[in-house]
Amino acid sequence: MTITAPAHDARPKGGSLVDQFELGLDAPICLTWELTYACNLECAHCLSSSGRRDPRELSTQQCEAVIDELQRMQVFYVNIGGGEPTIRPDFWHLLQYAVDHEVGVKFSTNGVRLTPERAGFLASPACNGYVDVQISLDGATAEVNDYVRGPGSYDTALAALKNLQDAGFKDAKISVVCTRQNIGQLDEFKALADHYGATLRLTRLRPSGRGADVWDELHPLPEQQRELYDWLMAHGEDVLTGDSFFHLAAFGEALPGLNLCGAGRVVCLIDPIGDVYACPFAIHDNFLAGNLLADGGFREVWQTSQLFQELRAPQTSGACTKCEFFDSCRGGCMAAKFFTGLPMDGPDPECVQGYGESALAADRSIPAASQDHSRTAPGRNQPVMLTLTRRPDDFTPPTSAPVSACAENPLAGFTP
Amino acid sequence: MSTAATATVLEADHAPRVEVRLEDGWRLNPKVALRPEPFGALAYHFGNRRLSFLRRPELVTVVRALAGAPDVRTALADAGVPEAQWAAFVGALSTLAESDMIHSRKEGQQ
Repeated sequence: MTITAPAHDARPKGGSLVDQFELGLDAPICLTWELTYACNLECAHCLSSSGRRDPRELSTQQCEAVIDELQRMQVFYVNIGGGEPTIRPDFWHLLQYAVDHEVGVKFSTNGVRLTPERAGFLASPACNGYVDVQISLDGATAEVNDYVRGPGSYDTALAALKNLQDAGFKDAKISVVCTRQNIGQLDEFKALADHYGATLRLTRLRPSGRGADVWDELHPLPEQQRELYDWLMAHGEDVLTGDSFFHLAAFGEALPGLNLCGAGRVVCLIDPIGDVYACPFAIHDNFLAGNLLADGGFREVWQTSQLFQELRAPQTSGACTKCEFFDSCRGGCMAAKFFTGLPMDGPDPECVQGYGESALAADRSIPAASQDHSRTAPGRNQPVMLTLTRRPDDFTPPTSAPVSACAENPLAGFTP
Repeated sequence: MSTAATATVLEADHAPRVEVRLEDGWRLNPKVALRPEPFGALAYHFGNRRLSFLRRPELVTVVRALAGAPDVRTALADAGVPEAQWAAFVGALSTLAESDMIHSRKEGQQ
């Protein structure tokens, strides 16, 4: 995507809803708010490179002021995440504060603080049915999940789901990032969701944050993309996707949803220190629109930031516009391109027509991260992404010790 | 946004089951908030958490005027909607009624 014209006030009338959304809205529809960078886990693919709390984190009062402003802007609900939002001591207070101010909350958690008591609170009239809970689970078995999310994280997630179910909380969500390791488990995920009276939510693995380090190993293979697409077409009505698979629309029929990159147009992210980014998958200086403390509040940043004006202006998508599937995928995901070092006006790295693979094979440089809250030393929950295997059958043991680099004998290493 | 809960109004892809008639009185569901947008408005239902999009500013005017008008016909006329478009607007209102965004003022109904 390249900017071709500055934003202007004369806005075309009519057109499809997607056309209107591309021009931006007065307030976001889908706002993600990461409350903290602190996390008890160290997931290998963390979008926000979370781990350590940022000392500049918004205070309770500042968070309340953000909620007040969202209410004034009629942002009817926020997606709260992190880090692990529930380890903020004021998390439950802020949740209640938001609900009381007509800002519904959907929060993502690994389940670590979802005790039976907290589950009871979430199911109680205090939350007024205005709270959604998403439990992150990236494998339908402990083996697959803990491989990326760390030891014990599968048991934690399932315990939380059980607590919610026992408390009578209706319709929790199981949120799955689709990877090479778990695409084969889609039916098992669905069965798990049914077992806990939950709804399955599938989202796309982004090469953002620490995800950039493991994307090559974790992102679904081309044939798995097809498998995922077919599964979504068959189960689309019962499964949520957060509209994250619009790049798959180029397989043919569009999946339900908007099929549009909403970054800075209908979507954005507020990070723990009040920085506003174009989307939750784009925590990088290139997509930083401003800071709600420094730049006059969230409304000001949303409505007037230079970056968001540019994202709402007409854009060109280079060679992609010539592709017959361009109307379906619209060039794919901006963040996925950026963090794999592909040009913004080129194909998505996972373009299902195969243009991504050739783009990835060409010269590219992956941008350096502009923030990292990962722990400086590994904690006990850090995943160890190693698979134990047996010695291959055709293995031949060395016949002699390796030759040292300082061996002086002219015949060193010579085997007659 | 939850895709299952997204409806767009003035481009319904199926015939609504609830029929809004010109001679009946309707009103905005008190649980629904309208957020003005450049293309019209976004309607949010606090009860079932569905989002709908009102795709014309005139439709927003009509919806807001329903409660104060004796019937739909008056609301449409007061909003200056040409009579030739009334059928389309009634269709849009029916879609809104079906998703519980507007309520009939008839006795015995909500």
